[in-house]
Amino acid sequence: MSGNGTPLLEIRNVSKYFGSVIALEDVSAFVRAGEVTCLLGDNGAGKSTLIKVLSGVHKPTKGNYFFDGVEQSFNSPRDALEMGIATVYQDLAMIPLMSVWRNFFLGSEPTKGWGPFKSYDSEFAKKTTKEEMAKMGIDIRDPDQTVGTLSGGERQSVAIARAVYFGAKVLILDEPTAALGVKQAGVVLKYILQARNRGIGVIFITHNPHHAYPVADHFVILRRGLVYGDYTKAELPLEQLVQMMAGGADLEALQHELEQAAREGGAEAESLAETAQAIESELDELDELGDE
Amino acid sequence: MSTDTAPAPGAAPPASDERLREVSRASRLLSRPELGAVVGAILVWVFFAIVAFDNNFISWATTAAILNRAAPLGILAIAVALLMIGGEFDLSIGSIVGFAGMTIMVLSFPTDGGGFGWSLWPAILVALIVALAVGWFNGFLVVTTKLPSFIITLATLFIFRGLTIALTRLRTNRTQLGNLDEVSGFGLADTLFASQFTIFGARFRVAILWWVGLALVATWVLLRTRQGNWIFGAGGDANAARSVGVPVNRVKIALFMTTAFAGFLVALIQAVQFTGADTLRGFQQEFEAIIAVVVGGTLLTGGYGSAIGALFGALIFAMVQQGIIITGVDGDWFQVFVGTVLVVAVIFNNFVRQKAAQR
Repeated sequence: MSGNGTPLLEIRNVSKYFGSVIALEDVSAFVRAGEVTCLLGDNGAGKSTLIKVLSGVHKPTKGNYFFDGVEQSFNSPRDALEMGIATVYQDLAMIPLMSVWRNFFLGSEPTKGWGPFKSYDSEFAKKTTKEEMAKMGIDIRDPDQTVGTLSGGERQSVAIARAVYFGAKVLILDEPTAALGVKQAGVVLKYILQARNRGIGVIFITHNPHHAYPVADHFVILRRGLVYGDYTKAELPLEQLVQMMAGGADLEALQHELEQAAREGGAEAESLAETAQAIESELDELDELGDE
Repeated sequence: MSTDTAPAPGAAPPASDERLREVSRASRLLSRPELGAVVGAILVWVFFAIVAFDNNFISWATTAAILNRAAPLGILAIAVALLMIGGEFDLSIGSIVGFAGMTIMVLSFPTDGGGFGWSLWPAILVALIVALAVGWFNGFLVVTTKLPSFIITLATLFIFRGLTIALTRLRTNRTQLGNLDEVSGFGLADTLFASQFTIFGARFRVAILWWVGLALVATWVLLRTRQGNWIFGAGGDANAARSVGVPVNRVKIALFMTTAFAGFLVALIQAVQFTGADTLRGFQQEFEAIIAVVVGGTLLTGGYGSAIGALFGALIFAMVQQGIIITGVDGDWFQVFVGTVLVVAVIFNNFVRQKAAQR
């Protein structure tokens, strides 16, 4: 994706304090139309607070918020939504006991008829739900099935398709892959790319670099409420991104220690070196699995 | 299929999903919430048809008696079902029946007896407004304090029962008021709310039509309007519904006003039918209504249920009541039967729902 063009959504030098707690300090980030910006950070890095600032739940204590080049001050998530900034939270805002099509249009139900006989146009709702899901590349089996019977990845896709259908220009996804298995996470990543290809600016929040790397055009790494790094994909190989995440430094130290032990051990050197290797790769895997 | 126009790159979805089984119409019917109550109603009917065969259980007279009994309870139960699907409780509905009934009576009672001497229809109108105000008050308290509606309406249960007794005694020095048929405007009210029609020699009350009519309207609202969608949403997950723009608080207040309206309607029907009311009218009917609703397959936790189920729940309740009366079992045992039926019905309902889900 191109690195030029004005940002669709941008925050500049945003800080958010809760009493004496500094949740965010001097954070800047942006997303362009048709691009994916990844916000990465470990637990406690300030991701949740940043999402709430972006989606209009919290007003920043300091700093500026721009949408389409115009400064904004949202009083509620509704204001942000009306501008086309849709947030898909981890809990997805879906009702498990309701069918897919009822969930899809909840709060924005299409109606037909007039006056006291105005009724919910369920045929249109079912048809549109099926079509919109197909546009995301999903064949929804039966729009009448309840959301509770869908898999985690399918639920994410319904939530994303819903936001796109209702005119989202910017899509903020709060850890959409966090609770998913390897395959399901891959499916969701595919939808993120689908949304991007339709010209939507996607802000993808995650703590898993392996999920972030394949889809992102741009990375913003948060640590302890501060921006720790801000890179385009070309500037940052995956290994370095993994290193930059919270586990990176510890992993290095551990590996170093093990290697030293191996050198000192003499006779056992070889086997210990192997163990060090094994532990290293295991840690990598754990890092990956731990997020699923 | 018109939906396969945009397959995902690399992985075209199959035209028909191997995970989608053909689900038969019968099995779809099984997943409806009211199924348990319909089957239960048939079972209870068959039970009494056998046990009380010699007492003429299978007769038009008994059928009429059952339906006449079920109608007022059913009217309350349908409104309570909507509220419970919306995720809230109303324990005050019995007190609203009492309060609305006494409002009609005191306003229309002659001035020399301590009343206001109004004609009937203005009194009915004021009782309606008062009932809706009580419902609004319940709803407003629940959404603003965010306390469980169980607690709020438990409080208003006592407040409005107490007010009914205290204000009536204060004004008229009695607990029972009668002679409503002497008030002007009674004729029309009697036709609308308490007339009877004879079929095969049995006398059916017009309240049955109100009951069935309300069940149909409630079902249409639930399944075929956006407000119905909001009710399911508000009860299923209020926060999720709110975040997609459902006016959850307004929906809940409207539902409390609906149960209050049902309480008013039952108060009116009974006042006209008995040409009077007493301060204990509607006592414990909130529990009977909740029983009918739960037997009707509505989840206590909200987000799932049906008005038709509540209709059948009320029918079961009335059949048990009438069955006990005509078999000549000591009426003292009635509550034991009701409690047993409640537990059995709920267990049976859950069993049927699980079976349906496994299909």
